[in-house]
Amino acid sequence: MFKFGHFSGGVHPKGNKNTHFFPTMRLDDFKHIRIPMSMHIGPPCTPTVKAGDPVMVGQMIGEATGPLAVPIHSSVSGIVKSVSRVVASSGNSVEVVDIESDGQYTRHDAIAPPIVNDRDTFLKAIRDSGLVGLGGAGFPTHAKLRIPEGKTADVLIINAAECEPYITADFRQCAEHPDEIIEGIRIVMHYLDIPKAMVGIEDNKPLAIEVLRNELTKIELKENTRPAISIHGLRTLYPQGAEKMLIYTLTNREIPSGGLPIDVGAVVLNVSTVRFIAKYIKTGMPLVRKRITLDGSGLKIPCNVNVPVGAMIPDVIKFAGGDAEAAGKIIMGGSMMGVALDRFDTSIIKHNNAILVFGTKEAEIPQETQCIRCGRCVEACPMHLMPTQLDSASRNKDVTELNDYFVMDCIECGCCTFVCPAKRYLVQSIRAGKGYVRLAKSKEAAK
Amino acid sequence: MLQVSSSPHIRDTVTTRRLMLDVVIALIPALVASTWIFGWRVLIVTAIATGSSVLFEFLSRKVMKRYDSIGDMSALVTGLLLAMNLPPTIPLWIPVVGSFIAIIIVKQMFGGIGQNFMNPALAARVILMLSYPAAMTRWSILAERARGASSVVTDAAGHLDLIATATPLYILQNNGDMPSYLDMFLGIKGGCIGEVSVLALLIGAVYLIIRKVINLWIPLTYIGTVVLIVTIAGEDPLYHVLSAGLIIGAFFMATDYVTAPVTRKGQFLFAMGAGIITALIRLFGSMTEGVSFAILLMNILTPHIENWTKPVPFGGRKHVKG
Repeated sequence: MFKFGHFSGGVHPKGNKNTHFFPTMRLDDFKHIRIPMSMHIGPPCTPTVKAGDPVMVGQMIGEATGPLAVPIHSSVSGIVKSVSRVVASSGNSVEVVDIESDGQYTRHDAIAPPIVNDRDTFLKAIRDSGLVGLGGAGFPTHAKLRIPEGKTADVLIINAAECEPYITADFRQCAEHPDEIIEGIRIVMHYLDIPKAMVGIEDNKPLAIEVLRNELTKIELKENTRPAISIHGLRTLYPQGAEKMLIYTLTNREIPSGGLPIDVGAVVLNVSTVRFIAKYIKTGMPLVRKRITLDGSGLKIPCNVNVPVGAMIPDVIKFAGGDAEAAGKIIMGGSMMGVALDRFDTSIIKHNNAILVFGTKEAEIPQETQCIRCGRCVEACPMHLMPTQLDSASRNKDVTELNDYFVMDCIECGCCTFVCPAKRYLVQSIRAGKGYVRLAKSKEAAK
Repeated sequence: MLQVSSSPHIRDTVTTRRLMLDVVIALIPALVASTWIFGWRVLIVTAIATGSSVLFEFLSRKVMKRYDSIGDMSALVTGLLLAMNLPPTIPLWIPVVGSFIAIIIVKQMFGGIGQNFMNPALAARVILMLSYPAAMTRWSILAERARGASSVVTDAAGHLDLIATATPLYILQNNGDMPSYLDMFLGIKGGCIGEVSVLALLIGAVYLIIRKVINLWIPLTYIGTVVLIVTIAGEDPLYHVLSAGLIIGAFFMATDYVTAPVTRKGQFLFAMGAGIITALIRLFGSMTEGVSFAILLMNILTPHIENWTKPVPFGGRKHVKG
């Protein structure tokens, strides 16, 4: 197994991939579904249904407004109970559509494979599917795939690193649907005219590497040529799956500060995203279900499940033998970058990849003490920043200093906070620092 | 009740307290060796230095109305390092003065752990050396261990079991008979409590490296620089390395987190600077020992070194001058 260069920094948190060998279970038993109208970066959708309307699986219930938005579809069949505004864990108010499921999962009549014959129709289909980056960031995929004028992509990078502890949803995706993953990669390569693709997988998942390679061999035997797709085992090192680190590891190209993958000729898609593309082109069923990992000490049965988008988190937790009310902490996403929920009435969204439930002991927040300048954060930072300096600059609200130490380059991966022996809340403080810089910038602009 | 906090939600098990405790453990071999060479008085001096350091830490935090910080063990480490820097014959009130300087003046007045700009134990040592030069340089070892001791003199109290001696570097500078390499390695020679047995210090250093408390960057650069310069100057580099002052300085003092740069390049420059100053003092200065001054001077330069060696962020943007 050939290993490429690797980024410097990073940390080795305990893998906790407890759900590795549990096949994904499909869960359908949800009575109440709540679908937020904002599940992507970009403007929220406008609801197209009202209380009392019947809906079917795959029916559009939220219309995209603007180029950076994607439509939202119903994940169940049933009756719309209400369309209302609630406050989300982010603190923002979002519109939600509450649906009472009839448990039948009747498909909407209009669902049919999209007609795709060139790049434009392909991108339109991707947008219509409601697809966002399933790795966790929620960036609309059609926007990511639209290569700006004057730029070219020469490599498609598929992110299957899954460097976050606990999460195995992408691994299960590889193990269970290697054929559709390769198919999806070939579709994207075809319509975007990208000559080669590289799949990056951390080497703690040898099975995923093997099944994808086998799939390529199968194609080679059938078609007499091997597709220009290579599968790479990467060193297990958090944050290997961070876009910038992954591109660097695989191609040795460094995305310039403030730049995008396309600036170095790369398009990066998560492995679940490409698999969805293959499935959508075949069936036309929009993004209405999500595979997520359920884990953490607050659950009796850690597992991978496939749930309808909009399933209420306490219902999902109950399935895994947990009790949301008794939990110490509920994390939407991974243990390094996920968001801790502050309310129970939250639902699974499109780019969720895990729900972690911590018991009260695991949820304890360590006491912060003074920095001892050990330099562990500086060593761990994959972006080569100085978190300890950013921390003090942020606490002093010193915008000049924050900029001097490149606060905006921070990817908030959490390595610095993870290693800090003084248990300082570095990421939190750096996030606040970014806020001060943005505020200063907008004040400057207003002048 | 849901606990809400910013990511990440998991933490490494390393704590400040664990790191400090590891340093304490790493110094135990040297303490044992020193007790064997110099006698029980070593333990009395050490107990007074550590006890007074912890007490001053406790009292100053109380007076300044800050949270109690003795639990992080850093005061214990400072006290221990201070003891390591005192001769075993020291009058017993001097360690208390040293602890006062280290903990109250150098550490707590600047804000406590992480905020001091100089290594507290070294700063205390240098101030004591300038204030009480005679007491700070009265070297002696137990008579039964003395092999290369230069003269037999009873000290003021008339203790006959101790033999006055000189440190190897003093002998080297004054063209005396040097103790053998083996004696120097094991520590059968004059010196401060912590500056005798290279073997014992190295056992501690290996422990610190295995526990990932320190890395080899600073110690190796430091020792390497000294070796290079003294070799060019025509002196025996092995004597310079085996004079345990350089070993304790390189592994235990120059690696102090607070007063060394946090960047890799910075640590390299820092250690190189300390090596150059140490070698120059040893070769040309009137003092026999240069490690303490060298590290203190580099401590003062640390913020500047850190500024010069600010890493370029991933993405290649050249850094703006700060």
